[in-house]
Amino acid sequence: MSTRDAENTRPKLAVFKFASCDGCQLSVLNLEDDLLALGQALDIAYFPEASSHMNPGPYDLALVEGSITTEEDAHRIRSVREQVKVLITIGACATAGGIQALRNWADLESFKQAVYPSPQYIQSLQTSTPISEHVPVDFELWGCPIDKGQLLRVITDLLAGVRPHLQAESVCLECKRRGNVCVMVAKGLACLGPVTRAGCGAICPGMGRDCYGCFGPSEGARKGPGVPPNTASLASCFHNELQLIPVDVMRRFRGINGYTSSFKEESARWDKKT
Amino acid sequence: MAVAGKIDVLSRSDLQRFFDILGSKGYRIVGPSVRDGSVMWETIQFVSDLPSGWRDHQEPGRYRLEQTGSRDIFGVVHGPQSLKPFAFAPREPLLQIERCKEGFTARPTLPQQRKVAVIGARACDLAGLAIQDQVFLQSEYHDPYYATRREGLFIIAVNCTRALQTCFCASMDTGPRAKNGFDLVLTEVDDQLLVEAGSEAGADLLSDLALSPASQKVISEAAACVDACAQSQIRRVDRTGLPQALYDAHEHPRWDDVAARCLACANCTMVCPTCFCHKVEEIPDLSRQNAEHARLWDSCFTQEHGYIHGKNLRPTITDRYRMWMTHKFASWIDQFGTSGCVGCGRCITWCPVGIDLTEELSSLLASSSRSHA
Amino acid sequence: MHEDKLIKMANPYLIQAATIMEKIQEADDIYTYRLRLNNEDARRNFRFTAGQFNMVYLFGVGEVAISIVSDPDKPEHLDHTIRSVGRVTSAIAQLQAGEALGIRGPFGQGWPLDVARGQEIIIATGGLGCAPVVGAIEYVFRRRRHYGSVKIIHGVKTPRDLLFHGRFEAWSTQPDTEVLLASDRPDKTWRYHIGVVTELFERVSIDPAKTVVFMCGPEIMMRLGVPILMRRGIPATAIYVSLERHMECGIGLCGHCQMGPYFLCKDGPVMRYDRVEPWLGRTGV
Repeated sequence: MSTRDAENTRPKLAVFKFASCDGCQLSVLNLEDDLLALGQALDIAYFPEASSHMNPGPYDLALVEGSITTEEDAHRIRSVREQVKVLITIGACATAGGIQALRNWADLESFKQAVYPSPQYIQSLQTSTPISEHVPVDFELWGCPIDKGQLLRVITDLLAGVRPHLQAESVCLECKRRGNVCVMVAKGLACLGPVTRAGCGAICPGMGRDCYGCFGPSEGARKGPGVPPNTASLASCFHNELQLIPVDVMRRFRGINGYTSSFKEESARWDKKT
Repeated sequence: MAVAGKIDVLSRSDLQRFFDILGSKGYRIVGPSVRDGSVMWETIQFVSDLPSGWRDHQEPGRYRLEQTGSRDIFGVVHGPQSLKPFAFAPREPLLQIERCKEGFTARPTLPQQRKVAVIGARACDLAGLAIQDQVFLQSEYHDPYYATRREGLFIIAVNCTRALQTCFCASMDTGPRAKNGFDLVLTEVDDQLLVEAGSEAGADLLSDLALSPASQKVISEAAACVDACAQSQIRRVDRTGLPQALYDAHEHPRWDDVAARCLACANCTMVCPTCFCHKVEEIPDLSRQNAEHARLWDSCFTQEHGYIHGKNLRPTITDRYRMWMTHKFASWIDQFGTSGCVGCGRCITWCPVGIDLTEELSSLLASSSRSHA
Repeated sequence: MHEDKLIKMANPYLIQAATIMEKIQEADDIYTYRLRLNNEDARRNFRFTAGQFNMVYLFGVGEVAISIVSDPDKPEHLDHTIRSVGRVTSAIAQLQAGEALGIRGPFGQGWPLDVARGQEIIIATGGLGCAPVVGAIEYVFRRRRHYGSVKIIHGVKTPRDLLFHGRFEAWSTQPDTEVLLASDRPDKTWRYHIGVVTELFERVSIDPAKTVVFMCGPEIMMRLGVPILMRRGIPATAIYVSLERHMECGIGLCGHCQMGPYFLCKDGPVMRYDRVEPWLGRTGV
């Protein structure tokens, strides 16, 4: 250990990657000026995407990107958990299983046969699952990719010993505050904004596109009847008013966060109708 | 209320001259502009920036624009925005707070006062603004942020001569004729604009234009168009027995029925001209030396609105929809002496699943009065 | 509508810095913070009544509504008893004397100590909700001869939940004062009533014609307890309850603290029972 590290009393940050596209890690690098401030507030001890200089644990804070798709990763996440005080998942993969969780409804063997010339060398689990199915998670950041501002707010709070808190309200609040025209009402697009958690700043509707739910369900997983997100009503509206056929309704909910409970239940309802 | 009671004819070139005068007096002119399939308030300079020939068709959960080819400037009744964002900003920084040796210093971040002339406000929008004025300026505490923005507003209203399917201002007694709260009011009839002042400031600006008075015939014709607009409204709210009738309907099964459809997405409250709920956020920088303390539009449809240490008073959509509607049509009357609804119909149009509050209200009240008969 | 009301023109959002002069532990997760406004003018001009609250602010985190429990005649020190439950309060719990908090206030309607003058007072509290009446109790004892008998009734689930233990002891030694405690899940050490607090409402001696009740605690206690007191002859107009709702602004604008037609931040938090009776216990109100 160098003298510099020995004197270092800043909290140690580690960034780990599992099955993912690296986009959320890039969001961390994209913090630009704030990254410098982050580097002053924290000792970035382990971040292979950014630096080959890797210090061993334990770590005070870990950002975990990606889902668990192999036996090896299932072991690795447990050893990561043992080395870190506070574990934050970053992004849809780590928080909800990601787009690769689409395999959870498919036959992995047939994928392997179709894609790889020598499928016998592929060691993979049948499912892609969120980190929280394997180890306790202290805080979850949603998004594909995550929002830089949310990441900074959470880290700023943790550094000050404050319980982080992010809104779980629908994208529609951000969308209207921003002065967007509703793409569902004015264009008939099947927008998931009304059941999706705010945090992105309503980027897609701001560009005239429908939200595809990359921040996951508003208010989290469904806790009981009558509680948001009311995916059933939105799905019926997609079908009855916007003329989506059942398989398209199913696909709206079976996307980047398709494996998270309220979206999973809704897509299952429409799967039966296809 | 017209200051002079004088109604003049305003040609298109007069209107452009008027825009130029406003510009020279330092006003930013804001008017409805076609954007993303609707009209939104945008800064404009020319009469040609206005959505000439466009018409809006609104129904529950649906908004479409159509180009009719007509010469009407004010054929679009309204978009999702009322006058609300002009004075009650969607996000308003309140304080800039800086840490110092003694703790911190807080500096108010009042918005810069800017002169904004809004053209195209409807009677329902004026009614909504009057209600927000009451909340932010005439309650126990005077809100300096709202006041600063509000003071800079010059309002050119337009009397409605066409009702949307979703309009019900006539039954709320707020429109379609603008009665007060404007500086000038226009009525567009047969390719002609009539103008009348509603304030000293409006009258002063008009006198600069030296317009010719409208004929009695055109004036009567315009009045008849506005009356016909009121007559043509297909939706209405029967306010008999309010607020008590709605308080009495607290256990009505219809609340569960609407909750099965309601997304709790809060769009209705965001587009509502009167909804004033807001929350405060504190955003420190990473060094925790400075923080921005800001307020932003909130809604009674969010999970956190009803939170009180660990418990949620309104966990279900049933609770939240009931809170909203009961506030609009019942408790608002107790709080402010007016209804919280102005009949603009925006919550009907901009509800993604097309929930119609007039229909919900009549279901709730029809059977509640039966059960209490 | 109030025609002649006075509209307060100062910026109601401005936060004044204050210093924690003392931090007194009341229970595991409850502390009383003695605050002193840094600005001399602000300190000199601060006036409040018992039962009013301040929005207490922590830099970088936010604000929370906390009642002022110290003596209104000594506004140079403002005591706030804070239980660490939420995001702001748990962050405040980490602070020590000498550190800074902010204050915006005072807001709301306090206890009607003038109405209660010359009357007998019953102060009924339950669970953890007794902090808002501490100020009123201390107020009365500092002006003991202006008030009749005082009965302090407090109910807890288990003896462990009995906070402010020392204060109850001290109050019980005051002249013409009774402290009645109840626990419905007592242990062997419990020397007081066994059962729910509302049972004490049945037994306490009452002169209904000259009694004023201050009540604070879970709404269920109010709903079950007030009818007992009313059956014993105390009119609803002589019963005052302190209610809680989420508050963002404290000035009746943010909309969160509504209870039926009221904004509890400005119409309350202390409300006369007959005004709120229809709203207590209503789902979602």
